[in-house]
Amino acid sequence: MKHAILGVAFAAALAVPAFAQDYTIMAPANPGGGWDGTARAMQEVLQAEGIAPSVEVVNVPGAGGTVGLAQFVADSAGDPTRLIVGGYVMVGAILTNASPVTLKDVTPIARLTGDTQAIVVPAASDIQTLADLVEKLKADPGAVSWAGGSAGGTDHITVGLLAKAAGVDPTKINYIAFSGGGEAMAAILGNQVTAGVSSVGEFAEQVKAGTMRLLAVSSAERLPGIDAPTIKEAGYDVVLENWRMVAAAPGLTPEQVAKISADMEKLNSSAGWTKLLAERGWTNTYLAGDAFAAQLDADIAATETVLRAIGLVK
Amino acid sequence: MDSFSLLMQGLASAMDPMILLYALIGVTLGTAVGVLPGIGPALTVALLLPVTYGLDPAGSLIMFAGIYYGGMYGGSTTSILLNTPGESASIVTAIEGNRMARQGRGGPALATAAIGSFVAGLIATLMLAFLAPQVVKLALTLGPREYFALMVLAFVTVSATFGDSALRGLTSLFIGLALACVGIDGLTGAARLTYGVPQLMDGIETTTLAVALFAIGEALAVAAMLTPPDGMHKVTGSVSMTRTDWRRSWKAWLRGTFIGFPIGSMPAGGADVASFLSYAAERKLTRHPEEFGKGAIEGVAGPEAANNAAAAGTLVPLLTLGLPTTATAAIMLAGFQQFGLQPGPLLFVMNAELVWTLIASLLIANLMLVVLNLPLIGLWIKLLSIPRPWLYGGILLFATLGTIGVNPSPVELGMLILFGMMGYGMRLYGYPIAPVVVGLILGPMAEQQLRRALSIAQGDWTTLVSTPVSATLLTISAVFLIVPMLMRLRGRGKVLSQVAGDPD
Repeated sequence: MKHAILGVAFAAALAVPAFAQDYTIMAPANPGGGWDGTARAMQEVLQAEGIAPSVEVVNVPGAGGTVGLAQFVADSAGDPTRLIVGGYVMVGAILTNASPVTLKDVTPIARLTGDTQAIVVPAASDIQTLADLVEKLKADPGAVSWAGGSAGGTDHITVGLLAKAAGVDPTKINYIAFSGGGEAMAAILGNQVTAGVSSVGEFAEQVKAGTMRLLAVSSAERLPGIDAPTIKEAGYDVVLENWRMVAAAPGLTPEQVAKISADMEKLNSSAGWTKLLAERGWTNTYLAGDAFAAQLDADIAATETVLRAIGLVK
Repeated sequence: MDSFSLLMQGLASAMDPMILLYALIGVTLGTAVGVLPGIGPALTVALLLPVTYGLDPAGSLIMFAGIYYGGMYGGSTTSILLNTPGESASIVTAIEGNRMARQGRGGPALATAAIGSFVAGLIATLMLAFLAPQVVKLALTLGPREYFALMVLAFVTVSATFGDSALRGLTSLFIGLALACVGIDGLTGAARLTYGVPQLMDGIETTTLAVALFAIGEALAVAAMLTPPDGMHKVTGSVSMTRTDWRRSWKAWLRGTFIGFPIGSMPAGGADVASFLSYAAERKLTRHPEEFGKGAIEGVAGPEAANNAAAAGTLVPLLTLGLPTTATAAIMLAGFQQFGLQPGPLLFVMNAELVWTLIASLLIANLMLVVLNLPLIGLWIKLLSIPRPWLYGGILLFATLGTIGVNPSPVELGMLILFGMMGYGMRLYGYPIAPVVVGLILGPMAEQQLRRALSIAQGDWTTLVSTPVSATLLTISAVFLIVPMLMRLRGRGKVLSQVAGDPD
């Protein structure tokens, strides 16, 4: 009898992962940045909504996420509890770094959020509009230093595209890579660089406090509640969105992938997630399954073209 | 309302029993994880973050801050007693502290570390309360070129002050710099010296190198001795500090505090850099230079005060700019965001009550730590009366578990053993060990800041001396490097003339 009870308890313990599974989410960046924010937001909602009993976030920073990606592929193959957060920056970083590990080596699950890029200058700068900045860029591309995230990332691509649209040789831009938005922010606030590029959300507090001036945003339309023109409106044909996604380990069975996809679907449709996205100012751009896989392939191809055109990939 | 009355109000709300309990849990956990190598305060806060979801925001943030302060305290214990620094900021503590412990003066070493941490924590927290907005403005005027100059100063002072020979010190430093090149380059993303090993892409983990060189190297050296040393370390003299200890410590505490706080509040500073510079300063200013490297109490008092003051300093950019400068601060930032608070220029205005309660409870946590730690010293030093074979066996186990606990891969374990053997070899041939770790920590920082500075200035090298701060720092570095050389030359000159004047 005792054995039977133990047996049942043991079977129950084994069966638990089938409906509620723990996750370890890797944020392949320093704590504080966008991917870390996404991973920790997922952790918060997955636990609060009871989708997963326990979620852990690990940070493996470096080189546009390729360090974390390589470690993820090496360590977690076949493990259905491991997830990685990534995004557009990673697509560029894989190409510019000629990373041996690519997004083909993981199992993409879904695109979760997106946000718009912002171009700012320090409050003390004499630059008032995007036109002023582009004028300086045209006069001497090297004299305009840009602070942003890792080389080949969305921030870098934004600068490259803007230069190209303004008729400036994109290979001449003076882009200073920092690991993460926080470090770049210190350089902008300290007036060390001419301008800065990162997501709108990352600069929001500083713009509100008047320590930075927001020149333009990279969305197709103006953003509600944000007093800045789009880059397109200012006369340069650049529209760019930085998206973030979640992927699972390589080498999973179709059942395991289906389970993870179902959990992410639950996450996306939860009230907690909607509320959190609104708080952080992230747009929900949820896309899953084959549609996401196709979109990802298209994005990778498009990014490669862009990076080659602006000279970031030889 | 002025800062003082706001602080008083904060102290009043921090006296709430629940808040006090959170602070107590924080400092106790922090001390515990500081003692264990491999588990740092950053990891602990990260692990607790999901647990605190749904708790009172003020309470959980105060607990996190308690862990941070407590970790800085606890880190010194293993450094001093076991020569096993748990994190980069307590590496220099191991140098003098462990020597003191081996002379039976472990008690005073732990006491000066605990009291120094308290003094530094107290002063630095008050500076955080009253000077944060001004300090952050100053810190922001520093850019890549100033940081590069600061790194150069750290290199010069550190390599010149460790060990007896500058050449040996520099050799060790360059080994560290070479190891620092391994991994993905932060500015271009190119992989360097990784030979296709994915674990090396991340670079060499500082704690793995430090634990290997200090603890494993030491254990090998003891094992390799032909005549086994005495069964145990003897505890001689008093467990508490003597009058001489107090006299030699207090100035070091204050110097450590005033070095640690500003360096901690710089966006690219950090507690480790602060502790290196404090050690170098103590060694230059001491009246007992002969004791350095053999267990000088100033060499424990200064760096321990500096790393605690730097911990308070890192809260300055975190609270005023939302800028995390250490891993722990970054996770605390996530903690703030979890509760819908955005640290930044508006935090002091929008959430004044929370900020002042946090600062007030830091003062309380600091007091709790010293009360908690001083009586424990008697217990800790009992560790040293464990027979040596057992003690070193324990150290090896502890070091290995700590390393693979953080990074469970055979490559990491291989590196631990390899660097441990390197540490033994360096001991055998009299090369100082600390500069290797210093090179690994500071090398990448110096390189990235130099390249950023040159890139901003479009390749113009004069940018490095174009601001008063960077020019002053570089001049001081040059003086530190050249003056001892000149003095050595003059000394040799005297000896040479003496030899010439003496026909025998």
